[in-house]
Amino acid sequence: METVDTPPATKQYTKKDFESDQLVRWCPGCGDYAILAAMTNALPQLGIPRENFVFVSGIGCAARFPYYVNTYGFHTIHGRGPAFATGIKLANPQLSVWEIQGDGDALAIGGNHFIHALRRNIDINIILFNNEIYGLTKGQYSPTSPTGLVTKSTPYGTIERPFRASDLVIGAQGTFYARTIDTNPKLMAEIFVEAAKHKGTSMVEVLQNCVIFNDDAHAAVTAKENRDDFQLHVKHGEPLLFGKDKKKGIRLNGLKPEVVTLGENGITEKDILVHDAHSEDPTLHLLLARMAPPHFPMALGVIRQVRAKTFDEAMAEEVEKVKQTARYHSVDDLLRSGETWEIK
Amino acid sequence: MDVATNGKKIEQELEKVVIRFAGDSGDGMQLTGSQFSFTSAILGNDLATFPDFPAEIRAPQGTLEGVSGFQVQIGKIDIYTPGDQADVLVAMNPAALKSNLQFVRRGGNIIIDSDAFTDRNIEKAGFPTNPLEDGTLSDYNVVEAPISSLTKSALEGLQLDNKSIMRSKNMFALGMMYWLFDRSMRETENYIDSKFRKTPALAEGNKRALHAGYHYAETIEALPSRYRVPAAKIEKGVYRHISGNTATAWGLMAAAEKAGKKLFLGSYPITPASDILHELSRYKNMGVITLQAEDEIAAVCSAIGASYAGQIGATTSSGPGIALKSEAINLAVMAEVPVVIIDVQRGGPSTGLPTKTEQADVNIAVFGRNSESPLIVIAASTPSNCFDTAYLAVKLAVEHMTPVIMLSDGYLANGSEPWKFPKLADLPEIRINHPKTPQNGSFYPYLRDSETLVRPWAIPGTPGLEHRIGGLEKQDVTGNVSYDPKNHEKMVHLRAEKIARVANYIPEQSVIGSGDAQTLVVGWGGTFGALFTAVTELQRSGVRVDFAHFSFLNPLPRNTSDLLRRYKKILVCELNMGQFATLLRGRTAHPQIVSYNKVQGQPFLVSELKEAILKHVNEI
Repeated sequence: METVDTPPATKQYTKKDFESDQLVRWCPGCGDYAILAAMTNALPQLGIPRENFVFVSGIGCAARFPYYVNTYGFHTIHGRGPAFATGIKLANPQLSVWEIQGDGDALAIGGNHFIHALRRNIDINIILFNNEIYGLTKGQYSPTSPTGLVTKSTPYGTIERPFRASDLVIGAQGTFYARTIDTNPKLMAEIFVEAAKHKGTSMVEVLQNCVIFNDDAHAAVTAKENRDDFQLHVKHGEPLLFGKDKKKGIRLNGLKPEVVTLGENGITEKDILVHDAHSEDPTLHLLLARMAPPHFPMALGVIRQVRAKTFDEAMAEEVEKVKQTARYHSVDDLLRSGETWEIK
Repeated sequence: MDVATNGKKIEQELEKVVIRFAGDSGDGMQLTGSQFSFTSAILGNDLATFPDFPAEIRAPQGTLEGVSGFQVQIGKIDIYTPGDQADVLVAMNPAALKSNLQFVRRGGNIIIDSDAFTDRNIEKAGFPTNPLEDGTLSDYNVVEAPISSLTKSALEGLQLDNKSIMRSKNMFALGMMYWLFDRSMRETENYIDSKFRKTPALAEGNKRALHAGYHYAETIEALPSRYRVPAAKIEKGVYRHISGNTATAWGLMAAAEKAGKKLFLGSYPITPASDILHELSRYKNMGVITLQAEDEIAAVCSAIGASYAGQIGATTSSGPGIALKSEAINLAVMAEVPVVIIDVQRGGPSTGLPTKTEQADVNIAVFGRNSESPLIVIAASTPSNCFDTAYLAVKLAVEHMTPVIMLSDGYLANGSEPWKFPKLADLPEIRINHPKTPQNGSFYPYLRDSETLVRPWAIPGTPGLEHRIGGLEKQDVTGNVSYDPKNHEKMVHLRAEKIARVANYIPEQSVIGSGDAQTLVVGWGGTFGALFTAVTELQRSGVRVDFAHFSFLNPLPRNTSDLLRRYKKILVCELNMGQFATLLRGRTAHPQIVSYNKVQGQPFLVSELKEAILKHVNEI
């Protein structure tokens, strides 16, 4: 399969090289700061020349991100980021294209572009900042807000059912899905590097905290006292173990996951499900991605990573194929094609 | 018409003639019409065509809703329109007759497939009684030809099913027309051979039907005369046939090739623009990238993304799609990124008349975005002019770093004409200058050229020029986000002035006429042919009237105000409720700008234009 790789950087960059001179204007305590720091930590590790990075965004708090990264950046319109990113990548496949979205941007107004980018498997990286609320418009519920959430626009609690971003990724035949949290900078940076390496649309969901309008939305997972029991860090090829001493694990009972404890009722590590991120069949990925407190830990890390032909690769192949059989090679050829006649 | 004597038939020479083919959507009338046109073009006639078909792909057989028509005017003189009224109508069934009779000149010839005039079909078409018998057609010369049954017997012995046989009857009708107008069948035979290369029986069937029609016409006494339309005196050179949509596609490609860029088309299927997407999707080996996007919005956004990344971004659509693209177009206005938006106008509002023509998108093109949003709007005037206009749209977009909306319409898109095509080398240069290095160590994405006010087009991948752009208001020169009130006002003025200065780079508006008339007829876009014909015919008969046809709607040519001031009355003729007239009133303050409008989903007729113009000239 032909792939278009970005040429390697000749210089070893540092975090500082990727920080822009603009004043960062998120609220104090916003989870976005940590994501930005993790990103500027990850980018120098990729060995890609700085000028080949493009950060694209739509509208929302998260969408200000490109202004703060010292690369090429395009702050576009609400929800349409994936479409801009698609045009940019197809116009110049050598670029490393990152697309920053909030939950409203990606899953409400931009839901269509989001699923179609994943379906096409174009080689871009989508980072979804999921704080389950509209921040920039000052606190309305979003498509990921849990049912019952009281917000400015739902004074009696939202009566809608929320989307899980992971369900959409699987439903759209996405090839890469990872989940991380804004309180774990190391994990974020690792996952951003993994996302960059993946060929195809990488979708990283960051559970991000909005201190102003939806504080502690993810506390069931991220709070210090919940960390051990409600975070399951998945790694391809490793058993799904969690808890303080990694004594708890996920076992498959028929088609249902269940939490078991090593040493209890004769449970050994052999009973524990081993994570296979590379399985084409997404059944277990979906199962893992849907686990959530209070009955389950939340899976963090790369949940799905499958190699499939990317849109840009398919396009390059098609061009080569058409070149073999094409009858016309320039506009002049085309103008003279078919029937022409001369008036003398 | 005189009856022939001694088996010899009379020949009449005509300056021009209008022929209309009409039948069920599945009868192949578009193909029949284009074959007749193509053969005539090769014989040296000038011509213009007008396909007139329903939005439904195959409405129920025999119904009025399912009738598809194709009109062509051929001439030994220059032809600018498909003609007001048909001299000959070929009607394949009662419904086709019913819906097309209104387009036939009194005294004209009507050729019908008499086999199709069954009681059931007559009733389906809504005739109270049989129109062949009740005097409906007494003002016409009617030729009742049993086309279906003759086609059937001509194809006897071939291994073809009834459906295939019946689908060849359009060739029988075409054969009759070839005899009637003394045209060779060779081009169509070549076409049939190539189209049915893999199915020789179908090729043979179609050719047999064609010949059978030709010989039938020669034999019957109902066609006592045949017509000769000699070659036109047209400019020397090599010609081809071109439709507006194909010309648009090729114009975009020509500009990209000239600029040394890839062409990126982001598009979503919509009538009547889809053919541009179809055409461009064929040339992937020539640096053309086509993305059939998930919706109209993604189509334009991906095109803007491609332009931002340094290629030629374009999107094609029609009114409803343009409405969806407004927000993204405004981003390109704000960020000052080039993009070409092709609007093949159709009847509206809303879904309106998808396959019918209209010119009612002036307002949305010039004004249809939030806030102060200046951009370039240009319009194509003929099918082949779509090539030049699309080329120019790209040139203006990249040289002035702005969105350009090109207005085409359903009439131009599907209409076709002979075209003396250019060579790429003869087309104007497209100047693109991507900055390579920062000036004095820094890069300022909104530092403008002092003449044009155009900002630099720095593309991702260029070391040292990393910068951020977007839809937020930006500080003059640096492009950093700025909410400063005075800066905003300055930027609004700069964006307006940048587009206003484009007038320095486009031709001044010309006038057709002596220049001493008191009335100036103004048109724009796809009505050129009808207006030109109407005005020049009036001028030849001694009427004092001048004509200015606009290609540039925004900015207007810089002499527009001065030009209009020379006339007492400005008569703006357009296929809408007066949108360009309103624009001219706002831009020029001329005291007497009046309108002649038509909104029927149909192009202007020369006759109605002449009448309207004459009335206005005489009122002065």
